[in-house]
Amino acid sequence: MASPRISARDEEQPLEEKPSPAVFGSCPLPIFDHPQIVLGHGSGGKLTADLIDHIFLPAFRNPILDKLDDQAVLTIGGARLAFTTDSFVVTPIFFPGGDIGRLAVHGTVNDLAMSGARPLYLSAAFILEEGLAVDDLRRVVESMRAAAAEAGVEFVTGDTKVVNRGKGDQVFITTTGIGVIENGVHISADRARPGDQIILSGFIGDHGMAIMSQREGLEFEGAIASDCASLHGLVANMLATSTADGVDFIHCLRDPTRGGAATTLNEIAKRAGVGMLLREQSIPVRESVKGACEVLGLDPLYVANEGKLVAVVAPEMAHAVLAQMHQHPLGQDAVIVGEVIAEHPGMVLMKTAIGGTRVLDVMFGEQLPRIC
Amino acid sequence: MKYLDEYRDGDVAKKIVGEMRRIQTRPWILMEVCGGQTHSIVKHGIDHLLPEGVELVHGPGCPVCVTPLEMIDKAHAIAQQRDVIFCSFGDMLRVPGSDGDLFTIKSRGGDVRVVYSPLDCLKIARANPAKQVVFFAIGFETTAPANAMLAWRAREEQIENVSLLVSHVLVPPALEAILSSPDNRVQGFLGPGHVCAVMGYREYDPISARYHVPIVVTGFEPIDILHGTLMTLQQLEQGRAVVENQYSRVLGPDGNVPAQNLVRRVFVVGDRKWRGIGTIPMSGFHLRDEFAQHDAEKLFDVAEIATLEPEICISGEILRGIKKPHDCPAFGTLCTPQRPLGATMVSAEGACAAYYAYGRHLKPESLHQIAAQAPANGVAAHG
Repeated sequence: MASPRISARDEEQPLEEKPSPAVFGSCPLPIFDHPQIVLGHGSGGKLTADLIDHIFLPAFRNPILDKLDDQAVLTIGGARLAFTTDSFVVTPIFFPGGDIGRLAVHGTVNDLAMSGARPLYLSAAFILEEGLAVDDLRRVVESMRAAAAEAGVEFVTGDTKVVNRGKGDQVFITTTGIGVIENGVHISADRARPGDQIILSGFIGDHGMAIMSQREGLEFEGAIASDCASLHGLVANMLATSTADGVDFIHCLRDPTRGGAATTLNEIAKRAGVGMLLREQSIPVRESVKGACEVLGLDPLYVANEGKLVAVVAPEMAHAVLAQMHQHPLGQDAVIVGEVIAEHPGMVLMKTAIGGTRVLDVMFGEQLPRIC
Repeated sequence: MKYLDEYRDGDVAKKIVGEMRRIQTRPWILMEVCGGQTHSIVKHGIDHLLPEGVELVHGPGCPVCVTPLEMIDKAHAIAQQRDVIFCSFGDMLRVPGSDGDLFTIKSRGGDVRVVYSPLDCLKIARANPAKQVVFFAIGFETTAPANAMLAWRAREEQIENVSLLVSHVLVPPALEAILSSPDNRVQGFLGPGHVCAVMGYREYDPISARYHVPIVVTGFEPIDILHGTLMTLQQLEQGRAVVENQYSRVLGPDGNVPAQNLVRRVFVVGDRKWRGIGTIPMSGFHLRDEFAQHDAEKLFDVAEIATLEPEICISGEILRGIKKPHDCPAFGTLCTPQRPLGATMVSAEGACAAYYAYGRHLKPESLHQIAAQAPANGVAAHG
C-alpha cells in the first residue's frame, strides 16, 4: 500500500495507444478509460495499477520508485533504510479485531517489514471531519499508541487538519515509516525464481470479511475478527533461520492487503517474469470466512488481509523457514501453498481441489457479488 | 466445509469421469444452461477433466450478459437523475452501457447502491421518502420471486417511492430458440438447477420430447456438474431423451409453488430482447398493469435508445452454443473484461469472461497472440 502498487502491465507496451476506432466502425461500446475516479481505482487491483502507470509513474519516475515494492529502499551514508507511506480510510472505523488506528500502525509497519527492515519511527497525519466525537478520536489514538508500543516503534512527527462535515468520513489517517535493513538482506518482488516455494503465513480473508460483515449489516455465526497485526517480528524470525549461506534465502515478501493473496502473487509473478502454480487444497481459509464468501459470492483469494504475509523462499530453505515461522504466534498456521515455475510467465495458476487447473487473475476493480 | 467439500472431492470426480469413459462410444456435445454452471466449470477446471469427445458448450443463462444494451442504457439514464437512488445486484455495476457503467455514474454523483436482497429497497425507500428508489430487476426465474416480492410489498405497504426497472428472462423459450436453430449442435442439456428450484421441471418435458433431447437438471458444485454430465451421457448412449433431476437435494418436480404464485400475480409473460440473440417471443416477464405505479419504465420518461453491437463480436453464437470463446479473433485481445465488446465478456458468469479469468492459460497460442498484437494496437490483456 505504501509506494505505488505494481503494474499489471508489460513494460514494453505503449501506454497511450488505444484501439483504432476504425477497427469497430461505429462501435457503441465504451472504451474503458474512466474520465472520473471510480471506487475501483482504490481497490488495489488492475484499476489501481492503471492509475499508477498512467498518472503517477510518468510524473515521478526514478530508479527507486520503479522497483514498485511496498517500500522504497534508500542507501544513506552506508545505512540501508526502508521508507514507506500509507493512508487509511476504512469504514466502519471500529470493527471486530481492530480499528482504523491499529490498522494505520500495522499497515505501515508491515510495509517496512516486507523489505526485511526493522521498523523504527512513524509519522501520523489526521484528516478529521467536523462533528467527529472526541471520544472516538481518543479511542483511535489510544489504540495507535498501544499498537506502536507492541511493534516497538515511536511516532515522532505528525499533522492535523479538519474538513467540513460531509467532506470526509469521520477520520482519515496517513502514516509514514522508516526502518533499517540489515546487510545481506535483499528482498524484492523481482527476485522470485523457478523452483522457489511459496509460503502463506496463515488463514486468508479474515480482515476483509470482518469489515464486509460489519458494512453489509450481515451477521455471521461465529463472528469473523480482523487479523490485523504487525508482522516484523515474524519476519525477524524468518530471517533468523540458521544457514551457512547468509540471509539471502527469502527472495520476496509481501503482505496481501487490498486485492488479496491472488493479486499479490500476480504482482510478484509479473515483476519477476515467472509463473506460479498453487494448490487450492493447501490454501488455508477459515470455515467462517469460506462460508461468508460463499454466501456473498466472493473469492477469499481476493479478500484483504492485514496480518498475513506471502513469502517466496529458496527451495532448499523452505522447510526450515516454515519451521521457524511456526515458532511465532503469527506464523503458526503457515503453509507452503505452491511453487514458482518457469512456464506461463506473469501468470498464477492453481490446481483445483477436483484436479483441474485455472488461472488466478489480478482483481480488476472492486470484487462484486455475483447474481446467482 | 460441510455440504461443500463433499461436492468438490477429487476422488469422487475421478470415479464419475471413469464411468463416463466406460460408457462413452462416440463424441457428444452438451450445453450447461446456467451462467453459474459455466462459472463453476471454468473455475474448477471441470471441462478439462472430461473424457475426450465430451464437449461442454456454454448456454445463455447468464442474466447479466443477456440483458440488452438498451436496457442498460435506460438504467444508466435513470440512475443519473437527481432524486433517484438506484439499487442493483452487484455484478450489474460493471456492465458497460453506451457511456460508462454504474460505477462511472456513481463517480459523477449518482446514488448507486448494491443490494443483496431486493427487499432492502423497501428499507432504503422508507429512510429516503423524498427520493425515488429504483431497483434493477434482472435475472431468470431464480430472482423473479424476490423481485416480485419487492413490487408486491411496495404496493401492499403503500411505499410509493419504490419502482422496478424490469428486464426478466425465461429459460424454456431460450432452449427452444437454440434447439430450433438450423445451426444447433447441442445434443443434451445440463438444466438450470436454481431456475428449477423455483419453477420445478415439468415445463421441460415437452421440450425434451419435441426435440428428443435429454435434459438433466443439475446443480453448481463440481461433483453436481460431473454427475449431471454422466446422467446426460447415459441417456444419450441409451438413446433416451427425458427430463431427469440430478439436483434432488434441492428441488423436486413442482418447484416452489407459493413463489410461482407470487410471480404470476406480479408479472406477465411477454416478448423480450436478449443481448447477443435478439427478440425471443414470450421469453420474459413484465410487470402487470396493477403494478404500473411501481414500474420504472412508466415512471421515468426515458426514450428508447437505439444501440449497435460491434460486428466482430460472436457472443450470439457463443450464447447459442455454436462457437466457443477461443473461436473469436477478438478474445483476450480486443475484447477483455475491462473492455468488453459483447454480452459474454461482461459478467463473471459470461462464457468469455469465465474463460478469460480462469482458462486462458490452456491455449498458449492465444497468449502469444496477445503479446504479438499488443505493440501494434496497444490493447493488452489488462486493457
